[in-house]
This record gives sequence, C-alpha cells and structure tokens, in this order.
Amino acid sequence: MKRVFQDIWYSVQDFLQTFGSSQLFLVRILAGVPAAFLRPGLIIKQIHGSGVLSLAIIGISGFFVGMVLSLQAYNSLARFGATESLGVLAALALTRELGPVVTALLFAGRAGTALASEIGLMRATDQLSGMEMMAVDPVRRVVVPRFIGGVIAMPLLAAIFSAMGLFGAWLEGVMLLGVDEGAFWQQMRSQVDVYDDVLAGILKSFVFGIAASLLAVFEGYNSIPTAEGVSRATTRTVVLTALAVLVLNFMLTAALIGEV
Amino acid sequence: MQQTRAVEIGTGLFVFLGIVALFFLTTRVTNFDSYEGDEGYTLTARFDNIGSLKLRSPVSMSGVKVGRVSSIIFDDEMLEAVVELRIDARYSKIPNDSDASILTQGILGGQYVGLEPGGSEEFFADQDEIQFTQSALVLEKLVSKYLFSQGDKED
Repeated sequence: MKRVFQDIWYSVQDFLQTFGSSQLFLVRILAGVPAAFLRPGLIIKQIHGSGVLSLAIIGISGFFVGMVLSLQAYNSLARFGATESLGVLAALALTRELGPVVTALLFAGRAGTALASEIGLMRATDQLSGMEMMAVDPVRRVVVPRFIGGVIAMPLLAAIFSAMGLFGAWLEGVMLLGVDEGAFWQQMRSQVDVYDDVLAGILKSFVFGIAASLLAVFEGYNSIPTAEGVSRATTRTVVLTALAVLVLNFMLTAALIGEV
Repeated sequence: MQQTRAVEIGTGLFVFLGIVALFFLTTRVTNFDSYEGDEGYTLTARFDNIGSLKLRSPVSMSGVKVGRVSSIIFDDEMLEAVVELRIDARYSKIPNDSDASILTQGILGGQYVGLEPGGSEEFFADQDEIQFTQSALVLEKLVSKYLFSQGDKED
C-alpha cells in the first residue's frame, strides 16, 4: 500500500517537474524570439514545414467534418422544421470549437511529431552538442524558428479548416439536401458575431499553437538520445498535446463566453 | 536555390490562403460589414420592464435594422430601466414623437426594440429621449391578467 502511494507521489513529482521545466523552456524560447526575426529565412522554412505540408490533411478533414456536421444536424433540425438554421449551427460549431480543436489535434499528429522526432534525432546524433561546441545556441538556431513557425501556422490552418468546413456544410446542406441557400447564409450572418465567435476561435487556435509547438520542441529537445528515447518523445508529444489542447480549450471557452 | 524558391512560394501561398480564409470568415459568415462605426447618434428610452433585451440587440423600424442597443442600466431613482439606442447616421429623419416598444422575433427569437414612426415634423437629435415607450410583455403577467379577467366575468 505504501508503495502505491510512493509511486503516485513520484509520478506527481515527475509531472510537476516536466510542467515546470517546459515553462522555463518557454521563457528561454521567448527570449530568443526577437533575434529570430533577423533571419526570416529560417522561419519561412519552418512555416513551410508545419503549415504548407499540413494543408492537405487540414483542408480535407475540414471539408468532411463540415459535410458530416451538416448531414447529422439536418436530420435533427428537420424534425422541428428548422433546417434553415443549418448554416448558423455549422458556422458556430466550426468557428468556435471544431476549427481550433480539431486543427490542433491534427497539427499535433502531422507537424508536432515531425518537430519532436527531428529535434530528438539531432539530439541523438549529437548535432545539438556540436552546435554548442561551435558556440551556437541550439535553442536559438534550431528550436526558436520551429516554435515561431508553428505558432504562425496554427491560426491560419484553423481558419482554413473552418472555411473548408463551411464549404463542406454548404455543399451537403444546400446542394444535396436542398436547404434554401438564402436562408443558409442570411441566418448565419445575422447570428454569428465577429468578436465573440470568429476572433475568439482564432485566439483559441493561437493559444493552441503555442501549446502544441512548445510541447513538440520541448519533448524533442529533452528526449533521451537513443532510438527508443526519440520514439517515446514523439509519442509523448501527441499524448501531451492532445491533453493540453482539450484542457486549455475548456478553460478558454469558459473564460471567453462566460459572460454571454 | 531553386528549392528555397519553391519553399518561399509555397509559404507565401499558404499565408495568403490563410488570410483569404480569415477574410471569408469575418465578412461572409458574420455581420461584420453592417457594423456601424462611430457614425450615428444616441437616443435614450425608459422602460418599466425590458424583458430579456440584451446589449447589441437590434433596433428596427418597419422591420429594417436601423441601430442597436448600446447600453442598458437601471435608474435607481426613477426605478426604471434606461436603454441607450445607437442609431445609424443614415437614419437621421426619425420623427421625434416616435414610440419605442420591446418586441420579440419569432416564437423562440430574441427581443428587439421596435420604433413606430410618429407624425411630427421634427426629427430626433443626439441624446434625445424617446417619450412614448411600451415595455416587454411578460408571459406570467399576461396569464395572470387573463385569469383575473376570467374571474371578474364569473362574478
């Protein structure tokens, strides 16, 4: 019995240590951010890696999420004869929740793993130590551009996800199920708010971008320099990002729409 | 060099796409372009009961949105609700004996302020007060009124 408590205590300590050191790492990264903009080439390359290469999965997922949202909601709304509200429902669900959250989860799987394993392999093959030997700070040279790239890419990806989702919802609802097109857009425009819905969603995805990029570079940078260590860092990146995004999502939603 | 160029073009395209998506979300999906800026004037109206009127509820005249509710406060001296209406500058010719009432959109819709034009030759100016107002209908009061009127009949 005592052993069990001891194990729990150790894992709590372990969690707190990881949490604390990731925050300290964030401070270290933020200190290097201004200097990183002096070399925009590095950042552009990372936006390409995290953003452009994730476009296909984000766009296609968004499209199908919008389609299925439309299909599911149509059947429920048809019972009340309120199928014209389909546009509002799809727009609110996509801009407020699905866009930021699903994008962050896909980002963790597509770009987060790539970042973590890339930096982890650099660690395992002593490239990071090599940089230190040459008096190049690996945090500034390797980590910061990747972090900035992820933070810039995430809100843009979330916006693309929502837009593609609305396109899917429109295609399914208006073209296939025959909802009136005018009502679809008009109700949406009268009930979706720029600040409370669209910008709140973008703000959320910005925060998720910070969390997802930080966890990916942190896990990669601190991975154990073996093949197993890198694979474990990659797994932990996805698991921790998913948890962090879902918890942060609840907290942000509660804070943002608390007064409405 | 060729590869860097491709990367840069791809990134530019991606950022461009993201901004287009954002633009689409703010202009096509929301009522952003009907947001009136500082152009406009403010009217106040006092109501005994505002029902569930909220900030930014629409103010409409003959069904056309002419402004929105910009503040709701409770006056603890007069014991009334004071509602400020921000009217779009385009609609500057509202007769100054018009009356304001709180109405409901549809069965489940939100509440809004409806202006009914009067016959005066003069128009509302900034900071004017609407003299004739009608409060929101509260369902419980309606029901009790109905019940009492039925009770009176039986006597």
